Parts: sequence; C-alpha cells; structure tokens
Amino acid sequence: MHTSSPGHGTEAELQSSQAPFIHYWLNGAYDEMFDAEGTPRPAYQQLYHRLLEMPVEELHRRQRAADVAFLTQGITFTVYGAEEGIERIWPYDLLPRIITGKEWTTIERGLAQRITALNLFLKDIYHTARILADGVVPRRLVYSCRHFRREMRGVRVPGDVYISVVGSDLVRLPDGQFAVLEDNLRVPSGVSYMLVNRQVMKRVFSVLFTSYDVCPIDHYGQALLSTLQRLAPSETSNATIVLLTPGVYNSAYFEHAYLARQMGIELVEGQDLLVHDARVYVRTTAGPKRVDVIYRRVDDDFLDPLVFRADSILGVPGLFNAYRAGHVALVNAVGTGVADDKALYAYVPAIIRYYLDEEPILQNVETYVLSDASQRQYALEHLDELVVKDVGMSGGYGMLIGPCSTAEERETFRQRILAEPRNYIAQPTLTLSRAPCFLEGGIEPRHVDLRPFILYDGQVTIVPGALSRVALRRGSLVVNSSQGGGSKDTWVLHGS
Amino acid sequence: MLSRVADNLYWMSRYLERAEHTARLLDVNLHGVLDQTTEAAQRRWGRLLSSVHTDLPSSLSGDAYGITQAMTVDASNPASIVSCVTAARDNARQAWEQINSEMWEQINRLFLHVGRTSMDEIWLGEPHAFFTTVKEGAHLFQGITDGTMGHGEGWHFIRVGRAIERAAATATLIGAHFTTGATLEGEPLVHLEWVGLLKSCTAFEAYVKFNSASVTPESIAAFLLLNADFPRSVRFMAADIRSGLHAVGRATGGRGGRPERLAGRLQAALDYSQIDEIMGDDLHAFLTFIGQQCDQIHTAIYQTFLRYPVGTALASRGLGF
Repeated sequence: MHTSSPGHGTEAELQSSQAPFIHYWLNGAYDEMFDAEGTPRPAYQQLYHRLLEMPVEELHRRQRAADVAFLTQGITFTVYGAEEGIERIWPYDLLPRIITGKEWTTIERGLAQRITALNLFLKDIYHTARILADGVVPRRLVYSCRHFRREMRGVRVPGDVYISVVGSDLVRLPDGQFAVLEDNLRVPSGVSYMLVNRQVMKRVFSVLFTSYDVCPIDHYGQALLSTLQRLAPSETSNATIVLLTPGVYNSAYFEHAYLARQMGIELVEGQDLLVHDARVYVRTTAGPKRVDVIYRRVDDDFLDPLVFRADSILGVPGLFNAYRAGHVALVNAVGTGVADDKALYAYVPAIIRYYLDEEPILQNVETYVLSDASQRQYALEHLDELVVKDVGMSGGYGMLIGPCSTAEERETFRQRILAEPRNYIAQPTLTLSRAPCFLEGGIEPRHVDLRPFILYDGQVTIVPGALSRVALRRGSLVVNSSQGGGSKDTWVLHGS
Repeated sequence: MLSRVADNLYWMSRYLERAEHTARLLDVNLHGVLDQTTEAAQRRWGRLLSSVHTDLPSSLSGDAYGITQAMTVDASNPASIVSCVTAARDNARQAWEQINSEMWEQINRLFLHVGRTSMDEIWLGEPHAFFTTVKEGAHLFQGITDGTMGHGEGWHFIRVGRAIERAAATATLIGAHFTTGATLEGEPLVHLEWVGLLKSCTAFEAYVKFNSASVTPESIAAFLLLNADFPRSVRFMAADIRSGLHAVGRATGGRGGRPERLAGRLQAALDYSQIDEIMGDDLHAFLTFIGQQCDQIHTAIYQTFLRYPVGTALASRGLGF
C-alpha cells in the first residue's frame, strides 16, 4: 500500500490492498472508484470484484487485444511538431469510467442550459449586441477576441443555430462536483474515440459489460445526421450533406472518415468543392452536384481564402459568399469561437443568468481575466500556484502549470502576459479527479476529465456517454492526446 | 461518386498492383540468378530495372543485394515495394468512407507488415517469404474487394486501375525480354530466361497447359499478349478496361464516351491481331502502341471524370446561369 504526499488534501489507504491494486493510493483528489475510506463506490463494486478475480496476465492479454484492434483498424491520430506528422495509435485504457444516472442527469441539464445560453449569446452579439449594451459582458473583450468575425454581423443562419456540435470539457473537483473547464464550440473532436472505445470495450470485456446496465451510445451518427438535416437551408427532403475535412494529415482525420462512414455522407476536401453563382457544388464523376449542408471540420481561418486567410489551401474560394446568401449551411456557424474564448469563459455564468434568468447548474472554474489590472496583478504575484492559458490555444499547448514550472518558465510567461494581457487567463491549479487505470505494474490512479458531446438544432440532444481522457503519466494533469494522454470508455448507467 | 475519391480508388489499385508486380519480378529474379553466370545475372538485373521505370540513384551498386534493397525497403525510391504499398494505403485512407472496414484493415495490415520489415530480415531470412507475403496480401485485398464491396462505380475504378497498370507493365516486361533475350535461342540458360518471363506473370503453369512445355519466344509472346482466357494477358486486361469503363459510363449518366472508345480500340487491336503478323512486323512498335493506348485511356479518364472543367459541365446542364 502506498500513500503519497503531493501537498494537498488528506491521504487515505485502501481498506484491502490486493493484487492488482497493490500500487493504488488515495490523496486529496476525488477518486472515481473509491470513497475517502478506500471502499469501492456502489457503482464500481462489480468492476472492483471482477478485477480482484482476474489474473494480471489476463488483463495484459486483453490490453494487447485492444491495442491490436486499434492498430489494424488504423484508429490513429497525428501528432504535430514531429517530422511530417506521425501517426500514433489511440492510447486506450482498459478500465471503464462509470457515471451514475443521477450524476448524468445533472451534467445533461447543466450542459443543455449552457449551450442554449451560449447560442443566444452568439445570435445576440452578431446582431443587436444587447448584452454588450447592458454592460454584462465587456465590449472590448468581445471585439478584441481573435475569433470574433465581423463578417458575421447581421448574417442570418438557419434556425438561428450557431453551435450544433459541441464537446465540452468537464472536470470533477475534490468535492465530487463537476465543473465546466472549457466549452469547445468551434470544431470539437473526440466523439469517434468515444464510439470506438465502446466497440473495443464490448469486445474485450463483454461479460462485465453485460452485467452493468449501460446506456447505449451507438446512435450518435444518426443523431448527428438528423441535426445536420434539420439545418438544411431549404425544405428539401434529401439535402446533400458533406463533411469537410482538412485532409489525411489532420490529427483528427480518422474521426472525419469515421463519422462520414457512420452517416453515409461524402467526406470532402476543399479541392472537391467549388462555388458557382453563390452556390456550392461538389465535383463528382457524374458532374458537379449541389451541396446543402457542410459539416465542416476546418477552422474559420481556413474556410475561404477570399474572406479569411488568403494563404489557405484547405478552403473553398467563394464559400463564405454562398453562406451569407443563405444557399448553404455551415455547421458550426462561422464565428462561434468568440463564445469559447478562454477569457469570455469567465462570463458564462453571467450569460446564463442574462438570457435564461436561471442559476447555472454546472459551476465554472474560477478564472482571472488578465486584461483586468487588479486580476492581472494578483495572478502575476501567484504564478507559481496558478495555471496560465493562452486564450486562443487548445490541445494543451501554450500553457504554464505553475506548481510544476521553473522560475525561467514563469518569467517567460510574465513577459508574455505583460506584453499581451488580453491573450491570457489564469486559473487555480485544479485537482482533477482520478480513476483507476491499468498500467504496466498493475492498477494505478490517474487524473481524468470528461468530454460529453452535445448536439443542438434548437433542441439539445446529448448521447449518454463521453470521452474520458486520462493523463497517463504519473502525476500529470494534462490529458490531451497530443501530450501523452489516453482515454477510457465511459459508462453512463441507467436509472439512479 | 466524388471525383477525388474515384481518383484515390484508381491509384490505390494501381499502386497495389505495382507492388505485387515488383514483388513477383524480384522473387523470380532472385531465384533465377542462382543458376546463372555473373554476366547473365547482371543482364537479368538490368532487364528488371528497365522494366520497372525507375531512376535508381547512380551510386547504387548493381548487385542483387543493392537492387533488392532499393526495390523493397527503400522509402526514398518511389518504385520500391514499401513506397507503393504506402501510396496504396494513403489513397485508401483518403477514400476511407468508400471502402469497407475489411478492405481497409487488409491494406493497413499489409502496410504495417511491409513497413516493419527490415532489409536484414528480407535478405538474411528468406526473401521468398517476404515476396509471398506481399503477393498474398495484394491477392487477399483483391479477394476481399470483390467479395465484400458493391460492384458499383467505385469497384469499377479499382478494376480499371489494376487492368491499366497490369496491361502496361506486362507489355513493358515483354519488350525488355525481347530486347535482351532473343539472340541466344536454344541454350538451356536461355530457356530459363523465357520461363522466367512467364513466371514473372504467374503464367508458366497456365502456359504449359495451353501450349505443352514447348517454350518458344513467339508462343510466349502470343500467350501473354493475345490469350483470351488468361487473366494476366494484355488482351484480357483490355477487355477488363473496356467493360469497367462501360460500367462507369453508365453509372455517370453516359459521360464515358471517349475513354470507352479508346479502350474499345485497344481491345479490338488485341482481339484481331495475329502473333505472326506482330512478330513479322515490329513487336516493339506493337508494344509501344499498347503503352500509348494505356496512357491515352488514363488521360481520358482524367479529362472525363476527374478533372473536367466545371464551368462547361454546369453550362451544359443548364445550371450555369
């Protein structure tokens, strides 16, 4: 039995420390499997006992079977920075993460509330900007956001729906409550890994899976397709829908191809589309064919070289013009990034109260907006305790994790913050919850987050499941797959 | 079907066929040179290189090891097996939503296997085993494709790609043999070389059934060019190209006029030619004609289905106002 003293919280030992749990320890973080006394939580009882019965070699065998399945199926992601982008297999942890029906209900209601409010916010700021006039959100913060698109002012989007596909990042804090860490409202990815993790889980742990009453998630593709269909600009019964990918070298290419296949729609690259007379066509062997809805997995910047970045070769010249004319729907809409800006995040509870007149169901993480002088001063004095994030970056890039940083790194960030305060926010270093993971030496706790996937077409649909991302390196808090993170199948149980 | 995806399927198929062809050539050659003098072996390797259209670095030592390395594991040589399999798999990945998972998993497995194999494993182990894996991997992929994919437009693009690649490669290979081999007729080693040509097209056993064991250059050329039943003869391939393009033309609302007409011309040339005329006339001119026809069909496929000018296409359908 181990205990560790990472500096916060109390430590407790497991009541029994049998193989494969001999390397398991508890600290101040919320443990998904064990309560503070080291007793397995009710939802984890069966899994726990099953693991005690199972020889470690058997777990290794199943882990290998899962890895081989991912490799031959080509379920990989591309890591940038390394030469020419290297394909890595998706790191998968064998043990499921379990969410009870009751916990899920809160998450579901909280996310539905949040997405509805954020969608109203986007419609507002691209039209009358009432919320800015009322001083609820600082005007400067919105207009200085690098994802604010002035080209979207006054543009009507189908059904007033801006954000149709969302993947929010939640974390569970030491008190067991979930908080939203990030709203990903641009081109969130990960849903295919939720789906394939489940397929592999059913294959390698079928008996265990059957013994739990797990909500199915396989209908995500259908749900996404009907969301996209409802956003078609005209009332055509068979709208042509395509998925626009940046191409095979994009880190999420597997996901793009996977979703296109699940939905039975064409996977297109920018070079396959063309605009003629403000209408979008796809080049087929039988001639050009009209396109009604584009589920685009290309960032705003690269969509149309005539309007956004002129050096983009991923986009389609004239696309924005066709979009503004209402001849094609883009999902998500252009300019949604302003609502998931990391500085604007601090105002989301206020946004919820403003538009819905409700209290936020899911809490926010305390956030220092560094363009504000007093908040900046506090943050600069406490850099060694805080996490500093670049507001425009994602994927775990451009971050300073105070407690793990060197004086030199802190100095670099201090200079950057002073040079461009609008570009940074700071948050307390969170103690993410930990879940049991199967590693070389047995089962050990690792930090996890939770990314559920939300669909919105006027109505909110959330498939009862999520991607749980794991920081596989011991002690690490960074769960992004580009930074050595892994993932778990996530079971949402029926009932409470 | 998307033009780009059709393009990907077509090239996936061509590259896979090319990898298989190269594996077979190397296999037959490595086996064949065992019985030969150094000089004859050199000639054989030279012929092999001239038949695969590759510019190998001048620094390359022309021995069996150097050539085998360049043609198997050398990723900087676009004609090597690893390059062809990688290109085939890259194309498959770009057409991922069109091919099914069994096809994808097979081509991915082949890619993983070839990518993992080192020159030492090929050379010090058993080269034949490596080449067999590549050939079988390609056959398995073809079998899965025929058995699990709908025989629609995409399948026909795969079929046409393979047939064009194979027809052109077979014609080139015959040409290379008739340039270097025909002068020494009658000697036992020369007999081996002609058998080598047949084996390079997996045609030896089929040939023997058809012609008994009398191996003459003329009857070999006749078999590889004009046999109507052997699935690697140029004539058989021409029929495949034509019927594939006919099907694509039908699937795209009758757009296939020109490619199909060109394919029909090639097919007719092979259907109605006689070997004594071809040999008496000019075999090399005939082989060049085949190569040129394949190139023209390829270009016509691009102009008609893949890279057509869009303005004209819209205007001709009355959508261009």
